[in-house]
Amino acid sequence: MKTQNKTIEKVTSQDYQYGFVTDIEQDTIPPGLNEDVIRLISNKKDEPDWLINWRLKAYNNWLKMNEPDWAKVDYPEIDYQSMSYYSAPKDKSDGPKSLDEVDPELVKTYEKLGIPLEEQKMLAGVAVDAIFDSVSVATTFKEDLKKAGVIFCPFSEAVQDHPDLVKKYLGSVVPYTDNYFAALNSAVFSDGSFIYIPKGVRCPMELSTYFRINAMNTGQFERTLIVADEGSHVSYLEGCTAPMRDENQLHAAVVELVAHKDAEIKYSTVQNWYPGNPETGKGGVYNFVTKRGICAGSNSKISWTQVETGSAITWKYPSCILKGDGSVGEFYSVAVANNFQQADTGTKMIHSGKNTRSTIISKGISAGKGQNTYRGQVKIMKNAENARNYSQCDSILIGDQCSAHTFPYIDVRNPSAQMEHEASTSTIGEDQLFYCNQRGISTEDAVSLIVNGFCKEVFRELPMEFAVEAQKLMEVTLEGSVG
Amino acid sequence: MLEIKDLHVKIEDKDILKGINLTVHAGELHAIMGRNGSGKSTLANVIAGQESYEITSGDILYNGTSIIAESPEKRALAGIFMSFQYPVIIPGVNNTYFLKAALNAIRKHQGKTELDAVEFLKLIRKKLAVVEMDEKYLHRAVNDGFSGGEKKKNEILQMLTLEPALAILDETDSGLDIDALKIVAAGVNNYRRDDRAIVIITHYQRILKYLEADYVHVLINGKIAKSGGENLAEQLEEKGYSWLDN
Repeated sequence: MKTQNKTIEKVTSQDYQYGFVTDIEQDTIPPGLNEDVIRLISNKKDEPDWLINWRLKAYNNWLKMNEPDWAKVDYPEIDYQSMSYYSAPKDKSDGPKSLDEVDPELVKTYEKLGIPLEEQKMLAGVAVDAIFDSVSVATTFKEDLKKAGVIFCPFSEAVQDHPDLVKKYLGSVVPYTDNYFAALNSAVFSDGSFIYIPKGVRCPMELSTYFRINAMNTGQFERTLIVADEGSHVSYLEGCTAPMRDENQLHAAVVELVAHKDAEIKYSTVQNWYPGNPETGKGGVYNFVTKRGICAGSNSKISWTQVETGSAITWKYPSCILKGDGSVGEFYSVAVANNFQQADTGTKMIHSGKNTRSTIISKGISAGKGQNTYRGQVKIMKNAENARNYSQCDSILIGDQCSAHTFPYIDVRNPSAQMEHEASTSTIGEDQLFYCNQRGISTEDAVSLIVNGFCKEVFRELPMEFAVEAQKLMEVTLEGSVG
Repeated sequence: MLEIKDLHVKIEDKDILKGINLTVHAGELHAIMGRNGSGKSTLANVIAGQESYEITSGDILYNGTSIIAESPEKRALAGIFMSFQYPVIIPGVNNTYFLKAALNAIRKHQGKTELDAVEFLKLIRKKLAVVEMDEKYLHRAVNDGFSGGEKKKNEILQMLTLEPALAILDETDSGLDIDALKIVAAGVNNYRRDDRAIVIITHYQRILKYLEADYVHVLINGKIAKSGGENLAEQLEEKGYSWLDN
């Protein structure tokens, strides 16, 4: 036991590798939130009236709502008036046409993060829509996508260029009345990605966005909307990490997915925001995200894969509404809570169509004083004949100061449903470490071996290059957590 | 190769080993026999460096150097291998990956080049044949869902692959049917060489029918009560451990 604790201390004492601040001038609105601020944000983006009105309705709705307190997370009260709600790198108006025109400081930041955009540009088919704070500054591969008819652009651009699509789908999956954070996002969202895949088109490349928070006291309110029209297919990757900072940073994103008949959307996330000071728990990102997809048409499919290793607090339940007959929803998750991190994450699978199927594979890893909660709901509606769900929730504990919790909610209103639920909790045992050590494998390598083995079912859902990154990330995150 | 000097060991205030002296030279095979609770497994684990035991006095020398302050990993890299009485399950980690990681850690320590996937596969296929294991085994998770016999054969396979200088086999013969016992014994004989030493810990004489032990020691109440040649094991089988009780 002694040894194990030592290792845990070591892992837990690992510093956040990506803690640095990029020195770029920011165009920031003073702190505070009111109707004028919302109009200002909207004006800066030259938005049409309908969108301003939508934002204002969301804001007024938000004022009447209460911050949710049911999640198993604990944090000091957030002062929403002390935050600034908009921040953009300067010179946006005459923005860069290519990477060469991007601020070299920014490119350096990405390089520090191991995301050399220029190399990625050359590497096989990953289009990168880089979000630096609130405004997208670099977009590549646009031409190739254009040829295929795929729209992939910053949200603010879509509002200008494709207003009909945005108006039709914005808030159609996550209305601004949905929850407190979704309402806040709807009022103040800054930017994000917009994707539309036309009928029958298979998107020619993986689409990816790197999010990054880099401004003092600036909330991040991304808005992502992906629409896959009939028979189309798209795979979207999102990855992020944030610089070290002493104050908590709120991140309340909204992601909406719409899959029409026979369409498929695969959404993968690797999240590595600053988790807070490893010794005190101070600082770190609050990640309060609403992600939801609707399988609107028959035989459509939405698949969420997430690897959540960062943030001080994670409150996130990527969900699927299985409306179309024969539609499929999937949720594959690895969530790590190390040091003082708290994660309350899971999914909702709402079956309303006939012959709908869902799969939930959740892997929670707790280390240090981390607290990891799986919270999931599977709901079979009255008309959902022959719905099937398989859920598997596994937890692994590293050390004796962390905890894992599982809250599966199951609501079945149609007797033809088939439900399976499996859950397990294990520890990285001293005996496993000794066994590995006795074969010449170091404790650090043994932990990574065991954890990666534990996460394998989720990692294999990630696109190839991200699977490798995720494994690496896991090693770095848990480095030194066992002795 | 291995020299144990007046070793006293306790766990949670209970004295387990009360003055063990044992010298093992390269090329030798020693069998340590004794009842349950006599301290046999403790001895194996202490040599391998299991840290829940406390050495209160005495020393363990490996190639002339004390190892009692070394980590289990360092001891393994230096060539000490223990076949576990209860091999540990590691879910999700396949045998190929595990064994390759172990072999390459050891090779790296020895200053040799690490084996790539193809070279490793070539090597492991040869070793699999020795213990009559199917190639399917390579894709299964370490000891996960293995039968008792498979687990023990897996330990022997690891020994054959890692090629340590000193192998401590902790009750590797327990719970094996006669066919598996023969395979395990064949594995041990395959491993045996003039520059390697083996210490077998066992309850029964039966595995010694297939191996040529140079020495047999009987452990009673934390001490070696009697040492002898192979015939000591036969005598024990006949008379039982009570023969040596005071």
